[in-house]
Amino acid sequence: MATEVTPVDEVELTGSSVTYSPENPAPVIEPPRARTKRTPRSTRTNFELYGWLFMRLSGVVLVVLVIGHLLIQLVLDGGVTKVGFAFVAGRWASPFWQGWDLVMLWLAMLHGGNGLRTVINDYAEQANTRFWLKTLLFAAVAFTIVLGSLVIFTFDPNIR
Amino acid sequence: MSTPTIDEHSSALDEAEQGTSHLITVTLRIRRFNPEVAAEADWVDYQLPIDPKERVLDALHKVKWEIDGTLTFRRSCAHGVCGSDAMRINGKNRLACKTLIKDINPEKPITVEPIKGLTVLKDLVVDMEPFFQAYRDVMPFLITKGNEPTRERLQSAADRERFDDTTKCILCAACTSSCPVFWNDGQYFGPAAIVNAHRFIFDSRDEGGEQRLEILNDKDGVWRCRTTFNCTDACPRGIEVTKAIQEVKRALITRRF
Repeated sequence: MATEVTPVDEVELTGSSVTYSPENPAPVIEPPRARTKRTPRSTRTNFELYGWLFMRLSGVVLVVLVIGHLLIQLVLDGGVTKVGFAFVAGRWASPFWQGWDLVMLWLAMLHGGNGLRTVINDYAEQANTRFWLKTLLFAAVAFTIVLGSLVIFTFDPNIR
Repeated sequence: MSTPTIDEHSSALDEAEQGTSHLITVTLRIRRFNPEVAAEADWVDYQLPIDPKERVLDALHKVKWEIDGTLTFRRSCAHGVCGSDAMRINGKNRLACKTLIKDINPEKPITVEPIKGLTVLKDLVVDMEPFFQAYRDVMPFLITKGNEPTRERLQSAADRERFDDTTKCILCAACTSSCPVFWNDGQYFGPAAIVNAHRFIFDSRDEGGEQRLEILNDKDGVWRCRTTFNCTDACPRGIEVTKAIQEVKRALITRRF
Protein backbone atom coordinates (compact mmCIF):
# COMPACT_ATOMS: atom_id res chain seq x y z
CA MET A 1 0.00 0.00 0.00
CA ALA A 2 0.95 3.60 -0.31
CA THR A 3 3.35 5.07 2.12
CA GLU A 4 1.44 7.75 3.91
CA VAL A 5 2.65 11.26 3.31
CA THR A 6 3.10 12.62 6.79
CA PRO A 7 1.40 15.95 7.31
CA VAL A 8 3.94 18.66 7.85
CA ASP A 9 2.89 19.52 11.38
CA GLU A 10 3.52 15.95 12.50
CA VAL A 11 7.10 15.86 11.25
CA GLU A 12 9.50 15.79 14.15
CA LEU A 13 12.09 18.48 13.69
CA THR A 14 15.54 17.14 14.36
CA GLY A 15 18.64 19.28 14.21
CA SER A 16 18.92 21.15 10.93
CA SER A 17 15.77 19.84 9.23
CA VAL A 18 13.45 22.53 7.90
CA THR A 19 9.68 22.53 7.67
CA TYR A 20 8.32 23.09 4.20
CA SER A 21 4.80 24.27 3.56
CA PRO A 22 2.79 25.75 0.67
CA GLU A 23 3.95 29.17 1.88
CA ASN A 24 7.52 28.02 2.27
CA PRO A 25 8.22 25.40 -0.43
CA ALA A 26 11.59 23.76 -0.92
CA PRO A 27 13.63 24.76 -3.99
CA VAL A 28 12.70 22.72 -7.05
CA ILE A 29 15.19 20.16 -8.39
CA GLU A 30 17.01 21.94 -11.21
CA PRO A 31 19.29 20.41 -13.84
CA PRO A 32 22.72 21.92 -14.47
CA ARG A 33 23.02 24.70 -17.09
CA ALA A 34 19.35 25.07 -18.01
CA ARG A 35 18.45 26.90 -21.20
CA THR A 36 17.34 30.47 -20.61
CA LYS A 37 14.58 32.47 -22.28
CA ARG A 38 17.17 34.39 -24.26
CA THR A 39 18.09 32.81 -27.58
CA PRO A 40 21.85 32.25 -27.60
CA ARG A 41 23.61 34.68 -29.90
CA SER A 42 24.93 33.05 -33.03
CA THR A 43 28.72 33.19 -33.21
CA ARG A 44 28.66 32.59 -36.99
CA THR A 45 31.88 30.59 -36.96
CA ASN A 46 32.56 27.15 -38.36
CA PHE A 47 34.90 26.13 -35.55
CA GLU A 48 32.75 23.24 -34.32
CA LEU A 49 32.19 22.04 -37.89
CA TYR A 50 35.93 21.97 -38.63
CA GLY A 51 36.59 20.40 -35.22
CA TRP A 52 34.12 17.63 -35.98
CA LEU A 53 35.55 17.00 -39.46
CA PHE A 54 39.12 17.08 -38.13
CA MET A 55 38.28 14.35 -35.59
CA ARG A 56 37.06 12.03 -38.39
CA LEU A 57 39.88 12.72 -40.85
CA SER A 58 42.73 12.70 -38.29
CA GLY A 59 41.24 9.52 -36.80
CA VAL A 60 41.53 7.71 -40.13
CA VAL A 61 45.13 8.87 -40.64
CA LEU A 62 46.07 8.03 -37.03
CA VAL A 63 44.87 4.44 -37.40
CA VAL A 64 47.56 3.91 -40.07
CA LEU A 65 50.25 5.97 -38.30
CA VAL A 66 49.79 4.55 -34.81
CA ILE A 67 49.42 0.90 -35.85
CA GLY A 68 52.49 1.27 -38.07
CA HIS A 69 54.39 2.89 -35.21
CA LEU A 70 53.40 0.15 -32.75
CA LEU A 71 54.36 -2.59 -35.21
CA ILE A 72 57.81 -1.09 -35.83
CA GLN A 73 58.51 -0.32 -32.18
CA LEU A 74 57.07 -3.36 -30.43
CA VAL A 75 56.52 -6.27 -32.82
CA LEU A 76 58.75 -6.41 -35.88
CA ASP A 77 62.47 -7.19 -35.83
CA GLY A 78 63.04 -8.34 -32.26
CA GLY A 79 60.28 -6.41 -30.55
CA VAL A 80 60.71 -3.86 -27.81
CA THR A 81 64.19 -5.07 -26.77
CA LYS A 82 65.79 -3.51 -29.86
CA VAL A 83 64.57 0.01 -29.01
CA GLY A 84 67.44 2.14 -27.76
CA PHE A 85 69.22 5.38 -28.49
CA ALA A 86 70.93 3.90 -31.55
CA PHE A 87 67.62 2.59 -32.92
CA VAL A 88 65.91 5.98 -32.62
CA ALA A 89 68.94 7.78 -34.02
CA GLY A 90 68.96 5.37 -36.97
CA ARG A 91 65.30 5.98 -37.78
CA TRP A 92 65.47 9.73 -37.40
CA ALA A 93 68.37 9.86 -39.85
CA SER A 94 65.69 9.46 -42.53
CA PRO A 95 63.42 12.46 -43.25
CA PHE A 96 60.58 9.98 -43.93
CA TRP A 97 60.49 8.73 -40.33
CA GLN A 98 61.01 12.23 -39.01
CA GLY A 99 57.97 13.30 -41.00
CA TRP A 100 55.99 10.24 -39.83
CA ASP A 101 56.69 10.96 -36.18
CA LEU A 102 56.05 14.68 -36.56
CA VAL A 103 52.66 14.15 -38.26
CA MET A 104 51.74 11.50 -35.70
CA LEU A 105 52.68 13.80 -32.81
CA TRP A 106 50.64 16.75 -34.11
CA LEU A 107 47.60 14.73 -35.12
CA ALA A 108 47.53 12.66 -31.93
CA MET A 109 47.87 15.69 -29.67
CA LEU A 110 45.26 17.77 -31.53
CA HIS A 111 42.88 14.81 -31.88
CA GLY A 112 43.19 13.87 -28.21
CA GLY A 113 43.10 17.50 -27.11
CA ASN A 114 39.94 18.22 -29.09
CA GLY A 115 38.34 15.04 -27.74
CA LEU A 116 39.12 16.06 -24.17
CA ARG A 117 37.82 19.57 -24.91
CA THR A 118 34.42 18.13 -25.85
CA VAL A 119 34.46 15.90 -22.76
CA ILE A 120 35.12 18.96 -20.57
CA ASN A 121 32.36 20.91 -22.34
CA ASP A 122 29.94 18.04 -21.79
CA TYR A 123 30.70 17.23 -18.18
CA ALA A 124 32.11 20.27 -16.34
CA GLU A 125 29.07 22.09 -15.01
CA GLN A 126 30.59 25.31 -13.66
CA ALA A 127 31.81 27.90 -16.16
CA ASN A 128 34.89 28.40 -13.99
CA THR A 129 35.73 24.69 -13.87
CA ARG A 130 35.36 24.49 -17.64
CA PHE A 131 37.64 27.47 -18.16
CA TRP A 132 40.45 26.20 -15.94
CA LEU A 133 40.30 22.61 -17.14
CA LYS A 134 40.49 23.82 -20.75
CA THR A 135 43.35 26.20 -19.93
CA LEU A 136 45.25 23.31 -18.37
CA LEU A 137 44.46 21.11 -21.36
CA PHE A 138 45.59 23.66 -23.95
CA ALA A 139 48.79 24.33 -22.01
CA ALA A 140 49.57 20.61 -21.85
CA VAL A 141 48.84 20.10 -25.56
CA ALA A 142 50.92 23.12 -26.60
CA PHE A 143 53.83 22.11 -24.35
CA THR A 144 53.91 18.52 -25.67
CA ILE A 145 53.66 19.61 -29.31
CA VAL A 146 56.41 22.23 -28.96
CA LEU A 147 58.75 19.94 -27.02
CA GLY A 148 58.17 16.99 -29.38
CA SER A 149 58.68 19.06 -32.53
CA LEU A 150 61.80 20.61 -31.05
CA VAL A 151 63.29 17.18 -30.32
CA ILE A 152 62.48 15.83 -33.80
CA PHE A 153 64.03 18.85 -35.55
CA THR A 154 67.06 19.39 -33.34
CA PHE A 155 67.90 15.77 -32.61
CA ASP A 156 71.66 15.26 -32.56
CA PRO A 157 72.81 11.61 -32.86
CA ASN A 158 76.29 12.56 -31.62
CA ILE A 159 75.04 14.12 -28.40
CA ARG A 160 77.16 11.91 -26.13
CA MET B 1 -36.86 -26.58 -21.73
CA SER B 2 -34.57 -24.81 -19.42
CA THR B 3 -33.67 -21.17 -19.35
CA PRO B 4 -30.41 -20.39 -17.56
CA THR B 5 -31.07 -18.70 -14.29
CA ILE B 6 -28.94 -17.09 -11.62
CA ASP B 7 -29.01 -20.31 -9.58
CA GLU B 8 -27.43 -22.34 -12.36
CA HIS B 9 -24.26 -20.22 -12.64
CA SER B 10 -21.10 -22.26 -12.62
CA SER B 11 -18.28 -21.22 -10.38
CA ALA B 12 -16.16 -20.26 -13.40
CA LEU B 13 -18.88 -17.96 -14.65
CA ASP B 14 -19.15 -16.46 -11.18
CA GLU B 15 -15.46 -15.70 -11.18
CA ALA B 16 -15.64 -14.15 -14.63
CA GLU B 17 -18.51 -11.95 -13.52
CA GLN B 18 -16.55 -10.83 -10.51
CA GLY B 19 -13.90 -9.87 -13.03
CA THR B 20 -10.85 -10.47 -10.88
CA SER B 21 -9.29 -13.65 -12.25
CA HIS B 22 -7.28 -11.89 -14.94
CA LEU B 23 -5.90 -9.24 -12.62
CA ILE B 24 -2.34 -9.36 -11.38
CA THR B 25 -0.75 -7.45 -8.55
CA VAL B 26 1.94 -5.02 -9.63
CA THR B 27 4.13 -2.69 -7.64
CA LEU B 28 4.52 0.81 -8.99
CA ARG B 29 7.65 2.48 -7.63
CA ILE B 30 7.14 6.18 -8.26
CA ARG B 31 9.74 8.91 -7.80
CA ARG B 32 7.81 11.48 -5.81
CA PHE B 33 8.77 15.04 -5.05
CA ASN B 34 6.69 17.63 -3.27
CA PRO B 35 8.57 20.84 -2.45
CA GLU B 36 5.82 21.78 -0.01
CA VAL B 37 6.65 18.76 2.14
CA ALA B 38 10.30 17.87 1.67
CA ALA B 39 13.34 19.15 -0.20
CA GLU B 40 14.28 15.74 -1.58
CA ALA B 41 12.54 13.35 -3.92
CA ASP B 42 12.05 9.76 -2.80
CA TRP B 43 10.66 6.48 -4.06
CA VAL B 44 7.15 5.48 -2.98
CA ASP B 45 5.73 2.01 -3.66
CA TYR B 46 2.08 1.42 -4.56
CA GLN B 47 0.64 -2.08 -4.91
CA LEU B 48 -2.46 -2.47 -6.99
CA PRO B 49 -4.36 -5.18 -8.85
CA ILE B 50 -4.46 -4.50 -12.56
CA ASP B 51 -5.11 -6.20 -15.89
CA PRO B 52 -1.68 -6.80 -17.48
CA LYS B 53 -3.12 -5.62 -20.80
CA GLU B 54 -3.73 -2.18 -19.31
CA ARG B 55 -1.22 0.62 -19.71
CA VAL B 56 1.10 2.25 -17.18
CA LEU B 57 -1.11 5.34 -17.47
CA ASP B 58 -4.10 3.30 -16.25
CA ALA B 59 -2.03 2.19 -13.27
CA LEU B 60 -1.13 5.81 -12.52
CA HIS B 61 -4.81 6.75 -12.80
CA LYS B 62 -5.70 3.97 -10.38
CA VAL B 63 -3.15 5.28 -7.91
CA LYS B 64 -4.35 8.86 -8.24
CA TRP B 65 -8.07 8.08 -8.22
CA GLU B 66 -8.21 5.27 -5.67
CA ILE B 67 -5.07 5.25 -3.51
CA ASP B 68 -3.34 8.62 -3.29
CA GLY B 69 -4.89 11.71 -4.82
CA THR B 70 -1.75 13.79 -4.27
CA LEU B 71 0.13 12.02 -7.07
CA THR B 72 0.77 14.56 -9.83
CA PHE B 73 1.45 13.82 -13.50
CA ARG B 74 0.54 15.22 -16.92
CA ARG B 75 -1.67 13.56 -19.46
CA SER B 76 -4.15 14.92 -21.93
CA CYS B 77 -5.34 12.70 -24.76
CA ALA B 78 -4.10 9.45 -23.17
CA HIS B 79 -3.73 7.87 -26.63
CA GLY B 80 -0.17 8.66 -27.68
CA VAL B 81 -0.89 11.80 -29.70
CA CYS B 82 -0.60 14.83 -27.41
CA GLY B 83 2.82 13.94 -25.96
CA SER B 84 2.02 15.04 -22.40
CA ASP B 85 2.86 11.89 -20.48
CA ALA B 86 6.45 11.16 -21.41
CA MET B 87 8.17 9.68 -18.35
CA ARG B 88 11.04 7.41 -17.45
CA ILE B 89 9.54 3.95 -16.98
CA ASN B 90 11.95 1.22 -15.86
CA GLY B 91 14.80 3.51 -16.79
CA LYS B 92 13.64 4.19 -20.36
CA ASN B 93 11.79 7.22 -21.66
CA ARG B 94 8.34 6.23 -22.88
CA LEU B 95 4.79 7.49 -23.09
CA ALA B 96 2.84 6.05 -20.15
CA CYS B 97 -0.21 5.83 -22.43
CA LYS B 98 1.58 3.62 -24.97
CA THR B 99 3.31 1.25 -22.55
CA LEU B 100 1.45 -1.93 -21.61
CA ILE B 101 2.02 -3.40 -18.16
CA LYS B 102 2.67 -6.87 -19.64
CA ASP B 103 5.47 -5.52 -21.83
CA ILE B 104 7.65 -4.21 -18.99
CA ASN B 105 7.96 -7.24 -16.68
CA PRO B 106 5.21 -6.76 -14.03
CA GLU B 107 6.94 -9.36 -11.78
CA LYS B 108 9.35 -6.71 -10.55
CA PRO B 109 8.44 -3.24 -9.27
CA ILE B 110 7.83 -0.86 -12.18
CA THR B 111 9.83 2.32 -11.64
CA VAL B 112 8.29 5.58 -12.83
CA GLU B 113 10.35 8.79 -12.77
CA PRO B 114 10.04 12.25 -14.31
CA ILE B 115 12.07 12.73 -17.51
CA LYS B 116 15.65 13.79 -16.84
CA GLY B 117 17.43 17.06 -17.56
CA LEU B 118 14.46 19.36 -16.86
CA THR B 119 13.48 21.04 -13.59
CA VAL B 120 11.19 18.82 -11.53
CA LEU B 121 8.25 20.86 -10.23
CA LYS B 122 6.25 18.13 -8.51
CA ASP B 123 6.23 14.33 -8.75
CA LEU B 124 6.30 13.53 -12.49
CA VAL B 125 5.71 17.10 -13.68
CA VAL B 126 8.74 18.90 -15.10
CA ASP B 127 9.22 22.44 -16.38
CA MET B 128 9.07 22.04 -20.17
CA GLU B 129 9.90 25.69 -20.87
CA PRO B 130 13.63 25.22 -21.71
CA PHE B 131 12.60 22.42 -24.08
CA PHE B 132 10.07 24.61 -25.89
CA GLN B 133 12.55 27.51 -25.91
CA ALA B 134 15.03 25.36 -27.85
CA TYR B 135 12.16 24.42 -30.19
CA ARG B 136 11.29 28.08 -30.79
CA ASP B 137 14.96 28.93 -31.33
CA VAL B 138 15.14 26.83 -34.52
CA MET B 139 12.20 28.76 -36.04
CA PRO B 140 9.78 25.86 -36.60
CA PHE B 141 7.55 27.64 -39.12
CA LEU B 142 7.45 28.17 -42.88
CA ILE B 143 9.77 30.95 -44.04
CA THR B 144 9.38 32.21 -47.63
CA LYS B 145 10.42 35.15 -49.75
CA GLY B 146 8.47 37.14 -52.32
CA ASN B 147 4.74 37.39 -52.81
CA GLU B 148 2.30 34.87 -51.50
CA PRO B 149 1.06 32.56 -54.26
CA THR B 150 -2.63 32.86 -55.18
CA ARG B 151 -3.05 29.09 -54.89
CA GLU B 152 -1.49 26.59 -52.50
CA ARG B 153 2.26 25.93 -52.53
CA LEU B 154 2.63 22.77 -54.58
CA GLN B 155 5.04 19.98 -53.68
CA SER B 156 5.78 16.66 -55.36
CA ALA B 157 5.24 13.41 -53.47
CA ALA B 158 8.99 12.76 -53.58
CA ASP B 159 9.75 16.18 -52.05
CA ARG B 160 7.20 15.53 -49.32
CA GLU B 161 8.74 12.12 -48.63
CA ARG B 162 12.13 13.73 -48.00
CA PHE B 163 11.11 15.04 -44.55
CA ASP B 164 8.15 12.78 -43.84
CA ASP B 165 9.79 11.06 -40.86
CA THR B 166 10.37 14.27 -38.92
CA THR B 167 6.80 15.54 -39.37
CA LYS B 168 5.67 12.86 -36.90
CA CYS B 169 7.12 14.61 -33.84
CA ILE B 170 4.63 15.26 -31.02
CA LEU B 171 7.04 17.29 -28.84
CA CYS B 172 6.81 14.90 -25.89
CA ALA B 173 10.51 15.51 -24.99
CA ALA B 174 11.22 11.78 -24.65
CA CYS B 175 14.20 12.11 -27.01
CA THR B 176 15.70 15.32 -25.66
CA SER B 177 15.43 14.12 -22.05
CA SER B 178 17.08 10.79 -22.94
CA CYS B 179 20.15 12.53 -24.36
CA PRO B 180 23.20 12.35 -22.04
CA VAL B 181 24.58 15.58 -23.50
CA PHE B 182 21.31 17.36 -22.66
CA TRP B 183 21.35 15.93 -19.10
CA ASN B 184 24.64 17.70 -18.44
CA ASP B 185 24.15 20.80 -20.54
CA GLY B 186 20.68 22.18 -21.19
CA GLN B 187 22.21 24.73 -23.57
CA TYR B 188 22.38 21.99 -26.21
CA PHE B 189 19.40 22.32 -28.58
CA GLY B 190 18.57 18.65 -28.10
CA PRO B 191 17.20 16.07 -30.53
CA ALA B 192 13.61 17.36 -30.64
CA ALA B 193 14.59 20.88 -31.74
CA ILE B 194 16.92 19.46 -34.40
CA VAL B 195 14.18 17.10 -35.65
CA ASN B 196 11.81 20.05 -36.03
CA ALA B 197 14.49 22.10 -37.78
CA HIS B 198 15.07 19.12 -40.10
CA ARG B 199 11.37 19.12 -40.94
CA PHE B 200 11.71 22.62 -42.48
CA ILE B 201 15.33 22.49 -43.71
CA PHE B 202 14.43 19.66 -46.08
CA ASP B 203 11.03 21.06 -47.08
CA SER B 204 11.20 22.18 -50.73
CA ARG B 205 8.68 24.98 -50.07
CA ASP B 206 10.70 26.54 -47.29
CA GLU B 207 13.41 29.16 -47.87
CA GLY B 208 14.74 29.63 -44.33
CA GLY B 209 16.93 26.52 -44.36
CA GLU B 210 20.09 28.59 -44.51
CA GLN B 211 19.18 30.48 -41.29
CA ARG B 212 18.30 27.28 -39.44
CA LEU B 213 21.51 25.57 -40.55
CA GLU B 214 23.44 28.59 -39.30
CA ILE B 215 21.75 28.27 -35.89
CA LEU B 216 22.47 24.54 -35.66
CA ASN B 217 26.08 25.06 -36.81
CA ASP B 218 26.82 26.89 -33.57
CA LYS B 219 28.59 25.42 -30.56
CA ASP B 220 25.40 24.11 -28.94
CA GLY B 221 23.99 22.79 -32.21
CA VAL B 222 24.30 19.48 -34.03
CA TRP B 223 28.05 19.13 -33.43
CA ARG B 224 27.39 18.30 -29.77
CA CYS B 225 25.55 15.13 -30.82
CA ARG B 226 27.55 12.04 -29.79
CA THR B 227 25.37 9.60 -31.76
CA THR B 228 24.46 7.48 -28.74
CA PHE B 229 21.09 6.66 -30.36
CA ASN B 230 19.25 7.15 -27.03
CA CYS B 231 16.87 9.52 -28.82
CA THR B 232 16.01 7.04 -31.57
CA ASP B 233 15.34 4.37 -28.93
CA ALA B 234 13.19 6.72 -26.86
CA CYS B 235 10.98 8.17 -29.62
CA PRO B 236 7.41 6.86 -29.15
CA ARG B 237 6.62 7.77 -32.77
CA GLY B 238 9.51 5.73 -34.16
CA ILE B 239 11.24 8.72 -35.71
CA GLU B 240 14.84 7.96 -36.67
CA VAL B 241 16.07 10.91 -34.64
CA THR B 242 19.81 10.25 -34.82
CA LYS B 243 19.53 9.82 -38.60
CA ALA B 244 17.80 13.20 -38.88
CA ILE B 245 20.59 14.82 -36.84
CA GLN B 246 23.20 13.19 -39.07
CA GLU B 247 21.39 14.50 -42.16
CA VAL B 248 21.59 18.02 -40.77
CA LYS B 249 25.34 17.51 -40.14
CA ARG B 250 25.76 16.28 -43.70
CA ALA B 251 23.85 19.28 -45.06
CA LEU B 252 26.15 21.59 -43.09
CA ILE B 253 29.27 19.90 -44.47
CA THR B 254 28.08 19.75 -48.10
CA ARG B 255 27.05 23.41 -47.83
CA ARG B 256 30.59 24.33 -46.81
CA PHE B 257 32.57 22.14 -49.21
